[in-house]
Amino acid sequence: MNVVVCAKQIPDPSSPQSLDPETGFLVREGKLILDDSDAYGVEMGLRLAEESGGGEVTLVSMAPGGEVSGLRTALAMGAAKAILVSDDALKGSDALSTAKVLAKAVERANPDLVIAATESTDGYTGTMPVQMAELLGMPSVTFAKKVTVEGDKVRVERQTEAGYDEVECTLPVVVTVTAGVVEPRYPSFKGIMAAKSKPVDQLSIADLGFEPSEVGAAGARQQVTSVVDAESRQAGEVVVDEGDAHERVLAFLEQIKVI
Amino acid sequence: MSIERVWVLAEAGEAGPVSSVLELLTKARSMAPVVEAIAWGPASSSHASVLGSYGAGAVYDVGDLGDALPGVPVSAAIAGLIEAGERPDVILVPATYDGRDVAGRLSARLDRPVVTNVVDLEVEGDEVRSKHGIFGGAQVATACLTAERPWIFVVRAKSFSAEDAGGPPAEVRQASLGESVAASIARTNAAKVLARHAEERSGPKLDEATVVVSGGRGLGSGESYAMIEELAKLLDGAPGASRAIVDAGWVPYAYQVGQTGKTVKPTVYIACGISGATQHLVGMKGSKNIVAINKDQDAPIFSVADLGIVGDVHKVLPKLIEALKARS
Ligand SMILES: Cc1cc2nc3c(=O)[nH]c(=O)nc-3n(C[C@H](O)[C@H](O)[C@H](O)COP(=O)(O)OP(=O)(O)OC[C@H]3O[C@@H](n4cnc5c(N)ncnc54)[C@H](O)[C@@H]3O)c2cc1C
Repeated sequence: MNVVVCAKQIPDPSSPQSLDPETGFLVREGKLILDDSDAYGVEMGLRLAEESGGGEVTLVSMAPGGEVSGLRTALAMGAAKAILVSDDALKGSDALSTAKVLAKAVERANPDLVIAATESTDGYTGTMPVQMAELLGMPSVTFAKKVTVEGDKVRVERQTEAGYDEVECTLPVVVTVTAGVVEPRYPSFKGIMAAKSKPVDQLSIADLGFEPSEVGAAGARQQVTSVVDAESRQAGEVVVDEGDAHERVLAFLEQIKVI
Repeated sequence: MSIERVWVLAEAGEAGPVSSVLELLTKARSMAPVVEAIAWGPASSSHASVLGSYGAGAVYDVGDLGDALPGVPVSAAIAGLIEAGERPDVILVPATYDGRDVAGRLSARLDRPVVTNVVDLEVEGDEVRSKHGIFGGAQVATACLTAERPWIFVVRAKSFSAEDAGGPPAEVRQASLGESVAASIARTNAAKVLARHAEERSGPKLDEATVVVSGGRGLGSGESYAMIEELAKLLDGAPGASRAIVDAGWVPYAYQVGQTGKTVKPTVYIACGISGATQHLVGMKGSKNIVAINKDQDAPIFSVADLGIVGDVHKVLPKLIEALKARS
């Protein structure tokens, strides 16, 4: 089984993020890392490929400047190879342009199953995988909390408001996984060494048949007009518990007439 | 070209349209003279009176989808209406699981961008300015679409308050998929729901409760979550959770509050052993009152709390529970 996992490489979320005040684009500086949300997808893909006996995982990523450090992490986990789309013209891409580009790259890997995170950590629009599925002409099952493959069908427990739905779909299909579905493995030393020589196929938008006007900021057709800090709440009273803090809570609940 | 016509994706559960649909209809009334809804499901046409009451003049009924997931057929139906000459300027979509699927599919079908995580909308002349939380809600960006219409916005729950306008029942218009459309989506619509499972939950619903008591990793173990449930019950509230303990498997995902979980705005939110990451805050900082119990006095949750207790949940909560029991 050919599994494609969409793997986003993002700035380390523990360092502060910002938008370029001139362009309104996310500032992406420094080394990029594998999005945590995608580590679940990589793990899921590896397990399903292993279980199917004789499958492999191909990573697909779009990142500036030929960035591969996040991909190397996923390759070290066990993915076989990667397709990286990197092109200056992609700067400022929105979810739909990203989906267009990734769909073309995914097609090259001829997948039976495409896995993505429900949303990325940095952009979290949460629509890209479904847009990509539509462009690929594939069905999709989103918000998967459990995924199994039997023969040519995938079975998914899909998160719902009330609980979950059991969903079945014939391959090929796009599945988005939630965080926590599986415990991502840590790359072994051997894996890290092996990852260095695994193939990464780097493509430009021209290789995929796009014009610069179709993607990036031009394709996004939206403008960020301002960015401000969210309204903050005034901090109230802070008391250190001396064994009677529960009385303060009770008094507060009485004051606001909850009890 | 001014904004004349707004469509609202009217997702419904067993009890009728979900609350964010009523919020979106209320907002839509202030955006344009014509407001219409798109509905589906076995009982969709029976929702015409509620949808009308909140401002929908008409409802396009896609009909029963059987065991299909809504994303593909509903987006195909909407695209079909637009191809047939209907001209909505704006399509508002609630940020639900199915809503996001429909919006994504529709965006790709129509080749229109979609703006997500919207928390406010404003019509300014011929433009619609949307506000959306970025960086986990720490900042708010205002954006404006320059694409051709319809403009698609996916809006977070509780961004607007729902107000009944007392309108007459919406006129029901059939929008079921014709045979050729149904055939054309046969492949993309291949996912089938085999069974639906509901998680047992008593007491008020998390996103409707006036009191929410949430627990986080500071509880130390899944067993300690029983304190959260007990306290919630004593206060007639609902128990909630941070993502850390959902991911750890202590409680089901339905309990999660935050960016990827529920948005809650109760009279009081009591956060126990929760650090206050921006992704958690975005789901609860609209609460009227916030009480936080955390043993770290520098925990960010204290910056939004009206009452902060620097203390151990294992000491404060049992006493609080005892005291409440003694009162009742
Ligand atoms: C894309 C994305 C989406 C996310 N969406 C969400 C979301 O929807 N909801 C959400 O909640 N998070 C979300 N997160 C995760 C979020 O960033 C935090 O990791 C999470 O909220 C932390 O949960 P926590 O506060 O329980 O745990 P921690 O951050 O580990 O905090 C535990 C707290 O407990 C305190 N503590 C420890 N022991 C005690 C004790 N005995 N008594 C009192 N206090 C104690 C500690 O001081 C600490 O402040 C998201 C993250 C990403 C990247």
